[in-house]
Amino acid sequence: MNAGGLIRDRVDFSILTRPIAEGISEMDLAIDGIDCAACMDDIEGAMARVPGVVKARLNLTLRRLTLSWRVAEVQPEMLIGVLQSKGYGAFPFDLQRSADADRQLMQFLLKCLAVAAFASMNIMLLSVSVWSSDLGDMNSETRDFFHWLSALIALPAAAYAGQPFFRSAIAALRQRSLNMDVPISLGVILALTMSVYETAHHAEHAYFDSAMMLLLFLLSGRVLDQMMRRRTRAAAANLTALRGEMAARFEPDGTFLLVPVSALRRNDIVLVRPGEAVPADGLVIAGSSQIDDSLITGETLPHAVKVDDQLYAGSINLDGVLQVRVTAGAQGSLLDHMARLIDAASEARNHYQILADRASRIYAPLVHLTALLSFTGWMMAGASVHDALIIAISVLIITCPCALALAVPAVQVVASGALFRQGIYLNSGQALERLANVDWIVFDKTGTLTRPQPGLVNKAHIAAPLLDIAARLAQSSHHPLALALVQALPAARPLDQVEEVPGAGVRGIYKGVECRLGSAAFCDWTMTNHHEIEPGASVIYVRMGDEIAPLMLHQQLRPHAAQTIAQLKEMGFKLSILSGDRMEAVAPIAQALNIADWQAGLKPEDKIKALAALQARRQHVLMVGDGLNDAPALAAANASLSPISAVKLSQAQADAVFIDASLLPVAQALRLARLARRLMQQNLILAVVYNAIAVPLAIMGEVTPLIAALAMSGSSVLVTLNALRAQTGMSEDIVKPAGTGHAFLRSAQG
Amino acid sequence: MNILVVLVPAALLLGLAGLAAFMWALRANQFDDVEGSAHRILSDDDLRFPDRHNEHK
Repeated sequence: MNAGGLIRDRVDFSILTRPIAEGISEMDLAIDGIDCAACMDDIEGAMARVPGVVKARLNLTLRRLTLSWRVAEVQPEMLIGVLQSKGYGAFPFDLQRSADADRQLMQFLLKCLAVAAFASMNIMLLSVSVWSSDLGDMNSETRDFFHWLSALIALPAAAYAGQPFFRSAIAALRQRSLNMDVPISLGVILALTMSVYETAHHAEHAYFDSAMMLLLFLLSGRVLDQMMRRRTRAAAANLTALRGEMAARFEPDGTFLLVPVSALRRNDIVLVRPGEAVPADGLVIAGSSQIDDSLITGETLPHAVKVDDQLYAGSINLDGVLQVRVTAGAQGSLLDHMARLIDAASEARNHYQILADRASRIYAPLVHLTALLSFTGWMMAGASVHDALIIAISVLIITCPCALALAVPAVQVVASGALFRQGIYLNSGQALERLANVDWIVFDKTGTLTRPQPGLVNKAHIAAPLLDIAARLAQSSHHPLALALVQALPAARPLDQVEEVPGAGVRGIYKGVECRLGSAAFCDWTMTNHHEIEPGASVIYVRMGDEIAPLMLHQQLRPHAAQTIAQLKEMGFKLSILSGDRMEAVAPIAQALNIADWQAGLKPEDKIKALAALQARRQHVLMVGDGLNDAPALAAANASLSPISAVKLSQAQADAVFIDASLLPVAQALRLARLARRLMQQNLILAVVYNAIAVPLAIMGEVTPLIAALAMSGSSVLVTLNALRAQTGMSEDIVKPAGTGHAFLRSAQG
Repeated sequence: MNILVVLVPAALLLGLAGLAAFMWALRANQFDDVEGSAHRILSDDDLRFPDRHNEHK
């Protein structure tokens, strides 16, 4: 929605503010346009100078501003206005419960990490003293004292810091399956139990340090993973908030109030003006209009709606004023249908087993079997039960999948960080693996291969003064075609006195000459002027004095689309287009991009069927799409990508969302995913090699706590260093300059 | 060697004090914006709102 509307209309942000004290309210804002640390002073300083503001604190990491103000003295929309006048995009942010849960999990993991770090450092201090006294200058009482002290630290610390692993292991066992946390938990518990037993019997070796170090390494991996995930989610949520979706809601007194879309309830009546997006699903109760459904169905040709027709959130109202009654999840509606298709489709994807789980399913039984065999082996060889047991347990400790459990997550963290910096936000770490397996890419057309808005195609044929006037008039209109024109012809100042004629266009005076921008009738366009009108293009006219010209707006490819397609072909992917749009609209795009395999006029079910047909041929399919009609296909495909302009439902189904206006991120994501998979496999091999060396030593009974400590930390460091190569491997790939994301966002805001 | 009975627990207590300090910092939301805090320390006029006691709710 446009910023102009924010200032003119009465606005109510109360759903997004919260009272924190008598007469003081607080809210969180997502901020766009922060590019350096000085912005922090700039923003907070500007807020401090507004009387009535009690507190303003910017979180530079999450790009969010927490504001509190005295309700009697200042209005939140005024504060947003101040920020906008300084050049920052700002919009109140709905702090969701999921974000809160994220934060709590992060805090819990950090606490566990702190406890584990404290415990392993102190135990190591004691252990190193014991190890270095092998020459015999430490008497057994001192050694026992050190061991008991270690036990005192290790037992409570492991009970606390091990919780994330124990819980997940129990959950897995309940479902009668094994995950990586089962051998980890078993290893830690057995190591501690054996060490306590050994200490009680004045033995020489105790494994408290091994157990704590294991927890420390694994927790560091989880904290990093969670940090990356939290940052990605926060950034994606900011982008959504900054779209600033508002709805004009009728109040009981007959006036209307602009409220954030999240404040809409069922049966609210909203006003949708020309050029605005429909804020929520609903039924038309008054008015008629042309609706652009391209975001919903992929169809680029507008269609008419009248009273009692169903509208979907994200459709654009083109010319009439509509009153819409908000419905929530209407039965038999398109949305309902989509939800059922998605449920059915995502079933299939859940069957995908991630690499780590596949590895652990083979690994865990193997480890337990090896331990059992070495126990029976030593028993048969005549060792005492005690010695055989100790050897069996040390096999378990040494095989504890420290490196194995780090092998995959470490790569995921580094790779998703590299993607994040390029404006590609992964929804889950597993997505990387699924992306890496792709060999067939299916594109949606509208909004994916093409830009979300049409572009001006006959710019070269129009006189410069007319173009300039068209651009300046367009700035004063809310019509979608005018908005598209503003994007196509940037950097023009609006005329001072402009009048909008509903359903016709805008007119203004420039140097004493009347200028008009709008429909053919409005500009007195007669067919005498012979301009070829391109088929499929939307046309608006500009008139200055007696000069008239048609402006043809046509769907345009995303920037770098042809380059990206060429790159993808070079990488060996097979490509197809599945579109819900008409044949005539799809054919030229397919031809321009040189994609031979394309289908048009598909319903969501047809898209799923087409994907299933590919999958039946053992192809791993990546779906790239943005419309509501793509959501089921995004869920059904082996992997999926969406541009940030996509509808919310589709974004939620996609494995990753990219903010760039060009199509390049598709190729970048796939390239990095392949690199990440290669590193994961290398890491798993490293872990296997480590085991191949360490396990025979353990079975022979040669593993002392010192060797265990060296082996474990050595393999973990090796695996982490290897994962870091994902970062260097990616830096060669950065093609586009930074900041395009912001530019796109601003244009999306209109 | 008896001195160890005093010194080792003393070292442990110091470590515990560090752990407690970290926990306090975590609870006081000091790790919420690591990037911002790094720059905030260089800012001269960071005391814009004199009444800052309700900062950590």
